[in-house]
Amino acid sequence: MIHAASLALALAAVWLLLSGHTDFLLLGLGAASVFGVVLIALRMDVVDHEGQPVHMGLRLIAYYPWLGWEIIKANWDVARQIIDPKLPISPTLTSIKSTQRTELGQVMFANSITLTPGTVSVRVLPGEILVHALSKNGADDLVTGRMDRRVSAIEGPEPDSDIGKEPG
Amino acid sequence: MEVANSIIVWASLLTGSLFAVIGGIGVLRLPDVYTRLHGAGITDTMGAGLILFGLAVHEGFTLITVKLVLIFIFLIITSPASSNAVANAAHSSGLRPMLDSDLKNKASSNSGARS
Repeated sequence: MIHAASLALALAAVWLLLSGHTDFLLLGLGAASVFGVVLIALRMDVVDHEGQPVHMGLRLIAYYPWLGWEIIKANWDVARQIIDPKLPISPTLTSIKSTQRTELGQVMFANSITLTPGTVSVRVLPGEILVHALSKNGADDLVTGRMDRRVSAIEGPEPDSDIGKEPG
Repeated sequence: MEVANSIIVWASLLTGSLFAVIGGIGVLRLPDVYTRLHGAGITDTMGAGLILFGLAVHEGFTLITVKLVLIFIFLIITSPASSNAVANAAHSSGLRPMLDSDLKNKASSNSGARS
């Protein structure tokens, strides 16, 4: 139920902010559309902890500034390598251990890797992610598991593992 | 205040454009699909991010800024998904990435041919 409420809240906020309308008729129509969409989503059975990760809450919000700073640092590194006349790249394909216990967590880790320039996740397997890195340094940084631990921490204390299970 | 605002806006727009161009140079200079994705990643994150930030500062606290923020959110969700799709497709169809050792071999064989 909390997931449906969170979805309704998000939809209402997007509707209000994108339209900017405040008169009664349009607000009513907006509320009706939000209600309809939530009903359809419930019927499609897509309202769950993956679409609405409310359990991550503040931990998720705290993660993004950290990721943002990592992305800025990585951008600087990769940009320098690209404009260097000698093109000092050392492409590497490595398997990185992922310790997340949920699929959502692993997807977040894989996406964080790809968002950081210089590293792209190529294939996600249970417990590991195949990563292509532009330079050895970038790959080594991931091998230390700094980012992996951060993402695992947002999953919360004791999530049930759902990796490798058929979607219910 | 007005001047400081303009400076932030212009600095963000110009730096963002610079990073977008660097990303483009990367796509041209790097040797294969996998490495080129890294170049495109610069345009997606720093390039687009700084340009959107500059525009948001220019607009101040208005509904337009909200829309710019939404564009940014959609971008950081969709761009890794599409990069991963390209990398995964290349890997699944059996394209081997050029690794460090390949590049070194190529460089040494090139210099060998010249001498």
